[in-house]
Amino acid sequence: MADRSPAPDTPELRERWGAFEFTESYRERADAAIARYPEGRQRSAVMPLLDLAQRQVGEETDTQGWLPLPVIEYVADYLDMPVIRVLEVATFYFMYNLKPVGKYHVQVCGTTPCMLRGSDGLFETCKKRGMKKGTVSEDGLWTLTEVECMGNCATAPMVQINDDNYEDLTPERLDTVLDALAKGEQPKTGTQEPGRHTSEPANALSSLPEMVDANHDYRKDW
Amino acid sequence: MPKVTVDGQEIEVPDGATVLQACELAGKEIPRFCYHERLSIAGNCRMCLVEVKPGPPKPQASCALPAADGQEIRTDSEMVKTAREGVMEFLLINHPLDCPICDQGGECDLQDQSIAYGRGATRYDENKRAVTEKYMGPLIKTVMTRCIHCTRCVRFSEEIAGVDEIGAVGRGEDMQITTYLEQAAEHELSANVIDLCPVGALTSRPYAFEARPWELKKTLSIDVSDAVGSNIRLDSRGREVMRALPRINDDVNEEWISDKARYQVDGLTKRRLDKVFMRKKGGLQPASWDEAFKAIAKAKPGKDIAAIAGDMVDCETMFAAKALLKACGSNLLEGRQTGMDYDVSNLAAVNFNSGLAGIETADAILIVGSHIRWEAPLVNVRIRKAVKRGAKVFVIGPRWETTYPAEFLGQDLSVLSKLPKEVAEAFKGAERPAIIMGGAALAKGALTGGLAFADTYGLVKDGWNGFNVLHFSAARMGGLMLGFAQQGGMKDIVAANPKVVISLGADEMDFEPFADALKVYIGHHGDRGAHAADIILPGASYAEKDGTYVNTEGRVQFAEKAVFAPGDAREDWTILRALADALKVEVGFDSFAQLQAAMIAEVPALGEEGLADYGALPKSDANAKAEGTISAYPIKDFYLTNPIARASAVMQQCSSELLGNGELAEAAE
Repeated sequence: MADRSPAPDTPELRERWGAFEFTESYRERADAAIARYPEGRQRSAVMPLLDLAQRQVGEETDTQGWLPLPVIEYVADYLDMPVIRVLEVATFYFMYNLKPVGKYHVQVCGTTPCMLRGSDGLFETCKKRGMKKGTVSEDGLWTLTEVECMGNCATAPMVQINDDNYEDLTPERLDTVLDALAKGEQPKTGTQEPGRHTSEPANALSSLPEMVDANHDYRKDW
Repeated sequence: MPKVTVDGQEIEVPDGATVLQACELAGKEIPRFCYHERLSIAGNCRMCLVEVKPGPPKPQASCALPAADGQEIRTDSEMVKTAREGVMEFLLINHPLDCPICDQGGECDLQDQSIAYGRGATRYDENKRAVTEKYMGPLIKTVMTRCIHCTRCVRFSEEIAGVDEIGAVGRGEDMQITTYLEQAAEHELSANVIDLCPVGALTSRPYAFEARPWELKKTLSIDVSDAVGSNIRLDSRGREVMRALPRINDDVNEEWISDKARYQVDGLTKRRLDKVFMRKKGGLQPASWDEAFKAIAKAKPGKDIAAIAGDMVDCETMFAAKALLKACGSNLLEGRQTGMDYDVSNLAAVNFNSGLAGIETADAILIVGSHIRWEAPLVNVRIRKAVKRGAKVFVIGPRWETTYPAEFLGQDLSVLSKLPKEVAEAFKGAERPAIIMGGAALAKGALTGGLAFADTYGLVKDGWNGFNVLHFSAARMGGLMLGFAQQGGMKDIVAANPKVVISLGADEMDFEPFADALKVYIGHHGDRGAHAADIILPGASYAEKDGTYVNTEGRVQFAEKAVFAPGDAREDWTILRALADALKVEVGFDSFAQLQAAMIAEVPALGEEGLADYGALPKSDANAKAEGTISAYPIKDFYLTNPIARASAVMQQCSSELLGNGELAEAAE
């Protein structure tokens, strides 16, 4: 598991991020998130706000974004809540990056179904391109992280890069995706299997075949 | 009232009780770590598992399960036994077996419960988890590898102290308890998490590796660092008080004490007066008791003798002084060292009438000139509870950091008679309105204004008296009951121009006006009073004598002697008794029992532990108006308010580290 401690509190960090503030558009979205909850319960919006803050940091640094301590403090202040409570949330959820990441945060699923379907090969592919787990690659483009199940087992193996999933991968298909991203193009998201749309059965229907045309009561078959 | 069956025994439990409470009512012991009566329910340690029918066929956490009618609870079945063993085994997986070097050893919940409910041996032979120590300030020592994540400390700082500073970061195996960026825990009750911690993760830093619990003598005592009169237990070994711990008293301190009450005890062995001193040729020289008494007799005070009581003396000492002065023909007694001269003809007007527990039920509170967090941290806890129940709080005086939402109405006392409209409406609409007048307000003579306020807004009604005065000297109410007050305060004493001034541990008074008098200091610490004295007679501190104390709500409490005073120091009453012989007067007692009997004969309320009855509030003067501005509170440094605390290295460290008063401590030398 990756190191989940926040980036150290240094004078440089304070200098870089001490003046962080939501931009106009982010402020609007933050206030909309707060408005979802009754008055006085603004703390409930801590998760969307941390996400928004991370995205804004991402825009400013041209990366996926992360949460420096001054930004966490800013969110705490924005919601009028103790900063330790915000830090608790930020350290709990894996989707908040506590250390700087690259432009593309490649999160490879290594849980059993993906592993059985060949996620080891995907790690190899990533490593061949110079990615190392938990660090930003030299060109600033990539950060590799191994994650647990992302819920795409039907289309395993899968990789999540920033906000998009890429499924049904092989080392070659992943290479194509990464090449496109490196060139600044947006590859097709979702399954990479030709002819497949989403997570429908890859070949013929193997389960509940009687249900295709009409509802069927399977209980008598038990 | 649901009826439940616990191990075959049918009992009725109150509405809203949990299964755990039901089991306790039935006399069953339920092991637990995270559950605590005064904190919210977390349900994360799983140690309190019991079997409950009807319900899923598995053990259930009894602390978080409401008791319902017809429940059949078993705490003695095989399922419960194996469940407890299983939970204990999991808890011990990552708990180091370092009991021999752990300060919690001997008073550790995990240790006790693993013996009572564990399976005896571990089956785990993987590597254990290790966690780095977290800095939490000068009072709390952490060994976080021992932490079992019960989150009691997190809940305490959030719910009771009202200062969210401890939290659990990370998740699963990586979860760690810490303060934000390992900053020191900065509030007056921080050390209570040490008592709450069921394991040795949070232990006392000053007391680290000092003693084992089984070698300590436990003495029931009363805290004198403020006027709350917290019930404490002094643990001593030999002649030294090793630590102070809170005792449970729901009417006074619940089960908390302030950091000062807990950690000033190391000051009991420092800067002590353990010899008689006399001023000779401008300097203080060691002398004998005989010499000192002769010198006092030579001054021939006659009836020109005065006694000033300090902030921490017990009633017996004050009464002995009073008896001595009476025998000499004098009545120059005063306890309000700083010169306050409020009217004490009716003690109800200077008492915390709603009671410390009662203030919890108030629904509108006006605080006048009191920095409650520093003057009485445990009253602040009560007010926080009141606010959680919906009370509104307003403060007149300079800003301080409250632990609850409060509105500051400025520093001008005249606001008291012309409240802003919405504040006045809040008090008019309140069912249990209350006012709390602090020392800063009394010093400005706002007491009459406060009484007028009480009248205007109907603070006294059936079963409710919301007029409160909050003192911060442990000796104050006892002193006032014994008549240690002059009409004009210290001014009257100065005007009487006494030949001999006896200072009973009075360190905050101004000795300048008594330049011509013979100043006799009877006390225990070489502090301001001793510096100004001509003769020092070494006395006993609160830990070294039996004594009666009256707290700010008029609660009479008795403290026992824990250790002997060092060196030549004697219990104060014996010094005063010997002084009577030197002055050739009769005081009428030869033993502590006789002294106490005489005191109780004069003030019967002091003979009964519990609340003294001061009767009804005096009639207020409707025209009385409070005037002036409160520019500052009397307490400048929470950690250094009395001679014991000022001598304490721990308190000095707290003052410099937590309040940034490094230079100040040196300047006060």
